Amino acid sequence: MGITRRDFFKLSAAGSASLMAGEALASDGAQTALNPNSLGVLVDTVACIGCRKCEWACNDANALPTQDLKAFEDKSVFARHRRPDAGAYTVVNQFSDPRDPSKKYSMKIQCMHCNRPACASACIVGALQKTPEGPVVYDAWKCIGCRYCMVACPFQIPAYEYDNALNPQVRKCTFCATRLSQEGKKPACVAICPNEALTFGKREDLLIAAHSRINASPEKYVDHVYGETEAGGTGWLYLAGADFNNTELPKLTATVIPNLTETIQHGVFKSFVPPLALYGLLGLIMHSLRAEKNGKEESRHE
Amino acid sequence: MNNTEAPAVMPVKYFSRGTKVLFGIALVGMAAYVYRLLFGIGAATNLDDQYPWGIWIAIDVASGVALAAGGFTTAALAEIFHKEKYHVIVRPALLTAMLGYTFVVIGLLADLGRYYNVWHPMLPSMWQGNSVLFEVGMCVMVYLSVLYIEFLPIVVERFKGRVNLPGPLHVFNRLFESVLTISDAFLSRFIFLFIIAGVVLSCLHQSSLGTLMVIAPTKMHPLWYTSISPLLFLLSAIAVGFPMVIFESILASRSFKLKPELPVLSSIARYTPVLLGVYLALKIGDLTIREAWPYVFEGSVQSYMYAIELLLGVVAPIVLLSMSRVRNSVKGLFVSASLVIFGVALNRINVFLVAYKPLYPVKTYFPSIFEILVTVGLISMLVLVYRFVVVNFPVITVPNGHVLNAAVQPERTSVVNINRIVR
Repeated sequence: MGITRRDFFKLSAAGSASLMAGEALASDGAQTALNPNSLGVLVDTVACIGCRKCEWACNDANALPTQDLKAFEDKSVFARHRRPDAGAYTVVNQFSDPRDPSKKYSMKIQCMHCNRPACASACIVGALQKTPEGPVVYDAWKCIGCRYCMVACPFQIPAYEYDNALNPQVRKCTFCATRLSQEGKKPACVAICPNEALTFGKREDLLIAAHSRINASPEKYVDHVYGETEAGGTGWLYLAGADFNNTELPKLTATVIPNLTETIQHGVFKSFVPPLALYGLLGLIMHSLRAEKNGKEESRHE
Repeated sequence: MNNTEAPAVMPVKYFSRGTKVLFGIALVGMAAYVYRLLFGIGAATNLDDQYPWGIWIAIDVASGVALAAGGFTTAALAEIFHKEKYHVIVRPALLTAMLGYTFVVIGLLADLGRYYNVWHPMLPSMWQGNSVLFEVGMCVMVYLSVLYIEFLPIVVERFKGRVNLPGPLHVFNRLFESVLTISDAFLSRFIFLFIIAGVVLSCLHQSSLGTLMVIAPTKMHPLWYTSISPLLFLLSAIAVGFPMVIFESILASRSFKLKPELPVLSSIARYTPVLLGVYLALKIGDLTIREAWPYVFEGSVQSYMYAIELLLGVVAPIVLLSMSRVRNSVKGLFVSASLVIFGVALNRINVFLVAYKPLYPVKTYFPSIFEILVTVGLISMLVLVYRFVVVNFPVITVPNGHVLNAAVQPERTSVVNINRIVR
């Protein structure tokens, strides 16, 4: 695991040591450690039949442009690889198995709800947050619309309402965070899935379930749970019958992406020592060179 | 100090033929800006979910900040390291930085979807210490205020003891006078605090701009993806500071028919090959350590842009400015300085646009006509405001022996030289 207790304490210590940015830095701790009860969804692309009902349920639950359920039976959309956008938080795409092109498998795509989301680390005002429950949620009221989250996301998920002139928002899967807060409710897509291709639960349990599915039928699955380590781990996990490289899930290492910038950032600002040291040094130079010059001028006057 | 040289108001008429052309461009740019505000980013730009950032970020913001670096490098050289002879360029460089950053913010507002929330990072409840952009935003905001404070002595010098507001506003004369007197008293003692703060803030955000794209390892072309990007950004910003001062000084002397400050300009040009040399060495060392050389020769757009950036923008000016013949000629200085400016601006465009490879592009990004009009319009407007300020405030120093048109020469009863204020 990329996140250790030591890191947690190190960051907390840095946070408490800094008086000026105490609040900002101390929040690192909360973001560093993943809640063991954090929720996720296991997407079994072998079980997925490409019915697109999850797309409809998502639109319905999130008040997105909803059409008649019938419209989602249209399979011609599989001719091209669609991406989630401001009007659709999830889309189902179809890929052919490279070993047997007649065999197709379907894959639902949406926000991965990373353990350590790059979008949340990038966000200038904390409009994107990883909640302890698991969802990465967006607060439009805070957002300034800089779209750095879109630059940062390794899955290229956040979409933008470019056509809204006054009140544009970043749009992405919410993991039905408000539904989840109601007792016993599942995300809309999981609830409607007719073939149990989507399993909702604690991420830790889902990982165990994923591996036992692979072990139970190794002929059906590639021995890889996508999202277990990718980008430091994601809340949504994928099982597939063929190589993930042929899908639109990007090839990623276990690198926790926010660490790349946060180590630089927190190094430069360690308890504000480096900036203050630079300030002091420049002040010293300014003062001593001035004294030297004044000395020279005086000796010239004598 | 030899006080025959002092900054003066430029004794020219504001409107010239060039000014009128710039006014036209600025007006069109303003119309495009209004179009964006009314109809949204989608209608005005070619940005999409794959390319969230375009030229408004790469040119207006990133290049804008880099090219305004002359303000802090010159302040450091003249005020902190006390290199007296460079005082003549402190004010023009300060004005460039002040206006440069002002227009960076105006450009940024066009790009922000919810521009009316731009002040949010100031609220402690929204502080986000992990965000590189948060640091850039805060530093730029504070530095912009510092720049305006640093400019205050020039306003004091121009108006103190001479406040004469038109018409009914004259009742405020006393008030303004006392504001100026208080500012003068405060700044003459404490401005050094702001000068040092300006240098520290600049070092911080110039480098952090280079950290921004480090968060997108899988989308950046390897030629520009490096963890020393912040250091490269800082060094290139420092390196472009003096060339920018040279470039402007030569343009201003042409426009106002002054003798170029050749000795001073040649003298600061000596630093440029050294600074660019360190930058080049780091770039090459970094490329070698990361084993990224093959990408230079892969024949892609990126590899050509990289080669142009390095050969034309870094190597060529190093060679040129190493020759004293070039450094001592106005034309040589101008060409070399332009190359450095071109190189650093191209670097920012490369990092933020050319190197950015979205994961699922449907088309490549090219700026829309509105994006181009806004960018060009803002640059024109910056030049117009610059001219307005130097025509009305003592910013540019008239070289020794140069006689200004006596009729418009301002009465200088209470010259508060910035050098004296600092002391």
